[in-house]
Amino acid sequence: MTKIILKDIPDLHKIDVYEANGGYQSIRKAIKEMSPDDVTNVVKSSNLRGRGGACFPTGLKWTFMPKQTEKPKYLCCNGDESEPGSFKDREIFEKNPHQFIEGTLLACYAMGIKAAYVYIRGEYFKWINLLQDALDDAYKKGYVGKNILGSDFSTDIYIHRGAGAYICGEESALMNSVEGKRGYPRVKPPFPAANGLWGCPTTINNIETLATVPEIIKNGAEWFTQIGAPKHPGTLLFGVSGHVNKPGVYELPTGTPLMTIINDVCGGVLGGKKIKMVIPGGSSMPPLTPEECLTAKMDNESLKEFGSSIGTAGVMVMNEDTDLLKVLIRIAKFYYHESCGQCTPCREGTGWLLRILKRIDAGHGRISDLDLLTSVALNIEGNTICALGDAAAWPVKWTIKKFRADFEACVSKDDVDVPVLNKVHSMR
Amino acid sequence: MSLFNEEELKKVEEIKSHYPQSQAALLPVLWMVQEKEGWISEDSMKYVGDLLKVSYEHILGVVTFYTMFNKQPRGKFHLQICTNVSCMLRGGYDLYKYASEKLGINNNETTKDGLFTIEEVECLGSCGTAPMIQVNNKEYYENLTVESFGKLIEDFKNSH
Ligand SMILES: Cc1cc2nc3c(=O)[nH]c(=O)nc-3n(C[C@H](O)[C@H](O)[C@H](O)COP(=O)(O)O)c2cc1C
Ligand code: SF4
Ligand code: FES
Repeated sequence: MTKIILKDIPDLHKIDVYEANGGYQSIRKAIKEMSPDDVTNVVKSSNLRGRGGACFPTGLKWTFMPKQTEKPKYLCCNGDESEPGSFKDREIFEKNPHQFIEGTLLACYAMGIKAAYVYIRGEYFKWINLLQDALDDAYKKGYVGKNILGSDFSTDIYIHRGAGAYICGEESALMNSVEGKRGYPRVKPPFPAANGLWGCPTTINNIETLATVPEIIKNGAEWFTQIGAPKHPGTLLFGVSGHVNKPGVYELPTGTPLMTIINDVCGGVLGGKKIKMVIPGGSSMPPLTPEECLTAKMDNESLKEFGSSIGTAGVMVMNEDTDLLKVLIRIAKFYYHESCGQCTPCREGTGWLLRILKRIDAGHGRISDLDLLTSVALNIEGNTICALGDAAAWPVKWTIKKFRADFEACVSKDDVDVPVLNKVHSMR
Repeated sequence: MSLFNEEELKKVEEIKSHYPQSQAALLPVLWMVQEKEGWISEDSMKYVGDLLKVSYEHILGVVTFYTMFNKQPRGKFHLQICTNVSCMLRGGYDLYKYASEKLGINNNETTKDGLFTIEEVECLGSCGTAPMIQVNNKEYYENLTVESFGKLIEDFKNSH
């Protein structure tokens, strides 16, 4: 089985083990034999797509950075990892930090960047220290800092610790947080490549995205495109949680069937029960029904068929005993808590979603509440500064749509005439 | 008020050198304050403001935005219990209820002896080893059961 990041090599987190297994050869090769544009072009033709949730083509993103500019350019490495169900980047900090550092160096080399900030969620205290240790070793050996490997390429990498705000994973909120401000997302455009950190050109990439790059430079774009699903190639670090026998992080090719992951890799559903629902990519992604699970393949294009996406590849499995109303309440509570409050639809809408769901749970629900919830979700979606609004709306909209019968069973059938309902038409 | 000693002030200078503007050192320096004091008081915010040439109002805005910055003193053992979906599916709320009953406190409250604070927190990025808790913004305790959690609380009590 192809493994690009979580290779079965003991002690790979140590710099000498990493070096002995071909580590830091890609940055050496890039500096010696390739121009910065060559590196970008290889990444571009590898068809690597961002692992932070949006699947944006990485090479293309790198080409947005201006070449002629007086201003310094920056890279932000996104290790905020706060989407519920996601716990993969921490595995990279722990098991293969140097490959991430090398990927960061390659990105800096390709885009002419002299400073990279690794933004790591504040709770990851232990993993921040692990990465800092790896970084110190890399500095000592001359891989990071001034005149890397004796060349005229220099770049610094700094860790910036967050302090408990999911929204700081959103790229423009992240930049504000690095600048020492509240983590408020910025209105786009301007996009970060034109106007990012301190008004300078900036690129933001996920930790896993960057950790994949050294292997692409080492083995070539062609090699990479042949792993997994053609339109979304490579491997993904699937973080499987919930009702499976062996939860954990597993590196598998994109396009791996969901049931293979659940049954063969994770030892099946806990207690031999049936599946009720699976969220395929972190809590904001639309869920899958048991029937959909049977044919679902875990890459972005395949999941589109079911109205969902790969997100962060955080697979949350729920068995037949799961109370979906409780799950949805917990998800709604999260987005309500994490909304930064700048946009009215998100700030108020997330509260409404939570309160209506709680009313249903308290036994005061009515059938029209299901349409009301959908209506609130539709009024948030697409009407906000950042995608947290969408992330809050999607689970509610899609879970009710796909599991309507479950929710109807929780509410009174007697409709109540509420004026707002006049404007609401059913999703069904 | 001089919160930081010479060594800590050197550390602040080192942190400032990572960024083109000193305001960017705010989060790391607030972490240093919290590390030292356990929480971030109004006086500390004013001190940091003078140190980094950032207004008190700005700092207050930042401190109140980020949930991990303590706006008031916490117990010696701040139990941060994850109840988000993956932990909930595996008994996160059982842990929370257990701690709440055993210690006789609710969310964000501290026991009279100042030993324990409990807090219901959002996903800690440890869903594969759920249910789990974090203590004092640092150590993770994973794959817990009510029994092992109970023992952990006893251990904390005894270690004190
Ligand atoms: C609310 C919100 C939270 C996000 N959280 C994260 C995160 O924790 N980690 C991450 O890599 N990307 C996160 N993203 C996506 C980033 O904005 C950005 O697209 C990503 O880091 C780009 O990296 P990539 O192109 O390598 O995927 C989040 C987006 C939103 C809207
Ligand atoms: S959508 Fe929500 S989180 Fe995003 S900027 Fe608006 S209020 Fe803030
Ligand atoms: S849900 Fe508890 S760690 Fe993710």
